[in-house]
Amino acid sequence: MSSQPHSLAHEDAHEAHHGHSHGHEAGHGSLRSYMIGFALSVVLTAIPFALVMSGALDSKVATAVVVMGLGAIQIVVHMIFFLHMNQRSEGGWTMMALIFTLIIVGIALAGSLWVMHHLNVNMMPMTNEMMKNMP
Amino acid sequence: MTNATQTEAAKAPQFYLEEEHHPEGSTMLGFWIYLMSDCLIFAVLFATHGVLGRNYAAGPSPADLFDLPLVAINTAMLLFSSITYGFAMLQMERNAKMETIFWLGVTAVFGLSFLGLELYEFYHLIQEGAGPTRSAFLSSFFTLVGTHGLHVTFGIIWIVTMMVQVRLHGLIPENRRRLMCLSMFWHFLDVIWIGVFSFVYLIGVIG
Repeated sequence: MSSQPHSLAHEDAHEAHHGHSHGHEAGHGSLRSYMIGFALSVVLTAIPFALVMSGALDSKVATAVVVMGLGAIQIVVHMIFFLHMNQRSEGGWTMMALIFTLIIVGIALAGSLWVMHHLNVNMMPMTNEMMKNMP
Repeated sequence: MTNATQTEAAKAPQFYLEEEHHPEGSTMLGFWIYLMSDCLIFAVLFATHGVLGRNYAAGPSPADLFDLPLVAINTAMLLFSSITYGFAMLQMERNAKMETIFWLGVTAVFGLSFLGLELYEFYHLIQEGAGPTRSAFLSSFFTLVGTHGLHVTFGIIWIVTMMVQVRLHGLIPENRRRLMCLSMFWHFLDVIWIGVFSFVYLIGVIG
């Protein structure tokens, strides 16, 4: 009974504080956070390039998985350290828009690859010879 | 008397907000949503490349065409431009007008070198007979990388515009807002480039 008004007031204060810093925290970052982001990006870029250029891993699949994995991590690093994404900016709406976009991107990418792969599998097999004589 | 006016006021409903709904900051959210829609454009181009990327039409494959050291330098250019834009934003926070313009200039130079290297690569590919009309793989490659390059081009035009704006009017709130939008745009292009060099160049060369 007594806790409810208290928590409401607390939320109100939080809201007011948020309203004040609204739109102001979007482009912020310190030199330190920029440098951390930059250092991480350099490492996360250098590793996949080195792997592919030297052919250190024998398995092509393993190399591809590592490249895509590090790419995904680097995207997250950029989002946090350069684009300053967090759950609080714009009252959480930027995060909502991002999650929505990621879902759509996932559907578009996975769906296209899945459908077109099955299409390819069901095509009549073709030799290179036939390919060259295509109209 | 007061009672009458009160009921009068209660009878006339108001369908608008009396105060500004979002006094400031909604521009950032709007621009973010624009970036997300841009992200969808790139997503479908990535999907197209994912589907068509192995259809060489008996032509050259990524391993034959791509010059990875050049791509690595290109990536470094874009990464450097991202951090220098960050420095420009930090100078903006400090209200240092000339330093902001300086770092914006450095960012533009890195952006231009990225663009120059990319155009050199495109020119080279077309000279080798591996233009966008050669195969489905090259069509989707040129569309995806070309769209990113076009974004970088407009980003550079925007940077130069902002350098002039800041020089003429100083770091007024309007210019700060524009610089923040540009910051998001520029870093977003770097995020897209991560996808391009991982998915198109490196995975392509692996085969």
